[in-house]
Amino acid sequence: MAQVFAYILHKDGVVDDTALELAAAAKKIDAGATPNAIVVGAGDALDGVCNDMAASYGEVWKVANDALTYPDAEIVRKLLANILPADSIVLFAHEHLGMDLAPGLSVKLDAAFVPDVVDIEGADGSTLKLVRQEFGGAVSAHVTCDASQGAVMTIRPGVFAADESKSAGGQVVDKSADAGDFAATRKFLEIVEAEAGDVDITKSEVLVSCGRGIEDEENLEIAFDLAKAMGADVSCSRPIVDAKWLPKARQVGTSGQTVKPKVYLACGISGSFQHMGGIKGNPFIVAINKNAKAPIFQVADVGIVTDMLDFLPELTEKIEEL
Amino acid sequence: MEILVCVKRVPDTSENEIELNGAGNDIDRDDLVYSVNEWDNYAVEEALQIVDKVGGSVTVISVGDDESEEVLRREMAMGADKGILLSDDAFENVDGRGIATILKAAVEKGNYDLIFTGAQADDGAAQVGGMLAAMLDVPFASLVNTIEVNGDKLKIGREIEGGNQEMYEISLPCVLSIQTGINEPRYVGIRGIRKVASVEIPTLGAADLGLDAAAVGASAARVQRTDYFLPEMGDGAEILEGSTEEIIDKLVELLKAKGGLK
Repeated sequence: MAQVFAYILHKDGVVDDTALELAAAAKKIDAGATPNAIVVGAGDALDGVCNDMAASYGEVWKVANDALTYPDAEIVRKLLANILPADSIVLFAHEHLGMDLAPGLSVKLDAAFVPDVVDIEGADGSTLKLVRQEFGGAVSAHVTCDASQGAVMTIRPGVFAADESKSAGGQVVDKSADAGDFAATRKFLEIVEAEAGDVDITKSEVLVSCGRGIEDEENLEIAFDLAKAMGADVSCSRPIVDAKWLPKARQVGTSGQTVKPKVYLACGISGSFQHMGGIKGNPFIVAINKNAKAPIFQVADVGIVTDMLDFLPELTEKIEEL
Repeated sequence: MEILVCVKRVPDTSENEIELNGAGNDIDRDDLVYSVNEWDNYAVEEALQIVDKVGGSVTVISVGDDESEEVLRREMAMGADKGILLSDDAFENVDGRGIATILKAAVEKGNYDLIFTGAQADDGAAQVGGMLAAMLDVPFASLVNTIEVNGDKLKIGREIEGGNQEMYEISLPCVLSIQTGINEPRYVGIRGIRKVASVEIPTLGAADLGLDAAAVGASAARVQRTDYFLPEMGDGAEILEGSTEEIIDKLVELLKAKGGLK
């Protein structure tokens, strides 16, 4: 089996949670092998990140350069194409950098590409047996990947339990000299921070959250009425923000806010992994959805199969009577 | 600005419940309602708005069977000037790499400054744009949620975590994958569809594109879906049943116990 590499996300010297999840994923490809890590960046904190990773990976390939102070996918893709051996298996977290970087890298390496992998069932020779999801998580699919000329995969964050064994006893190898030049045809300018909203849903203990099931902007009133009766705040899923019915500051999910309420009422929300990725702290989740097959019912504590538009006003009335 | 927008015909998940067929190895494709991939509407709208500002034209393109023509026509009803269908028996069951290879051949027959894809489609892969850019050797950015044209360069924003945005200057030509929410796609009425009903949409096959059918087709696909299945999850939610009144009584008790009522 080919050598497995994991691309390590880190920021300000702190390693992302996905770093050890990728180590676990690598071992599901080949339990006996020791995966390598790739750490790119700049500054004093980089060596700390590399040393941390040496506990979990056999070799930690370091590329240090001031051009990598902010990880621009184009620059990183180019250097990875220069340093990776032919036929490698390369793992990324399926988040915004991986999505920007990995598909093009697979072309540059002439390797197979499998995005958003949620499970790895093993390898049969150089054929990897993987699991993906389609249609917003409504169904799963078995996928085979011919990795004989290498493979690039993005791994969904949170699906593999982090490999905390830290028994690799690895070493840091400086590959900076092999990385090539750092020229780019796109230029990183800045990060624009999200605007603060009228309500800080990250501090809310109880959230009434609405999704597509709200159907119309005017219907938002029933969510606000229920939230008022419960002493809760109103949050939402992505389609509501895309439609400009509520501001981005009220969006729960990986591209929105990360909330940690005690109680989360998911109303007309299907429960995509991007949405659920924004809910932390193991709240009590109530799902209200007219589609009995909505993925949200798999992760909720309590489910009610009904149209939120009929149900919410009745629930509000009952709570107001208490 | 000559803009090409790659679009895909997909089962409409807001109109269908996606379920497995009787054999349990594929989704039930009977009576599925299809529409254009949601992300692609935002891409077409963005292209139209750019052309409104700086001039040029918008072409929509799709790899698919004859039925994908309706999707191209819908996007032309939004205002796209031209449609191109890439269709061939050899294109069936290709993987993402195969789709990008077919699109690359079509791109090279035109002269485009800017190429859009949706950020993802029904299979959640988010792969074709990045592959196409790498094959064309032009810059790429994914999850784009703002675009500002500055001469021969663009200033773009990418959606990253926490509602934050990563800003880049990117040179043309380039490929961008467009995220939902970048604009508000215009409504297409029946009259708009009728207006473009008889516009000819050229169809190009493998030979027209100079592609070796064996090199792009299913036999060349290194990534293949073998079947669909429903995963065994944990216990799942306890479904509250009974009359609405009974359900509400149960729910209120639970909410009280869990600190959901103040």
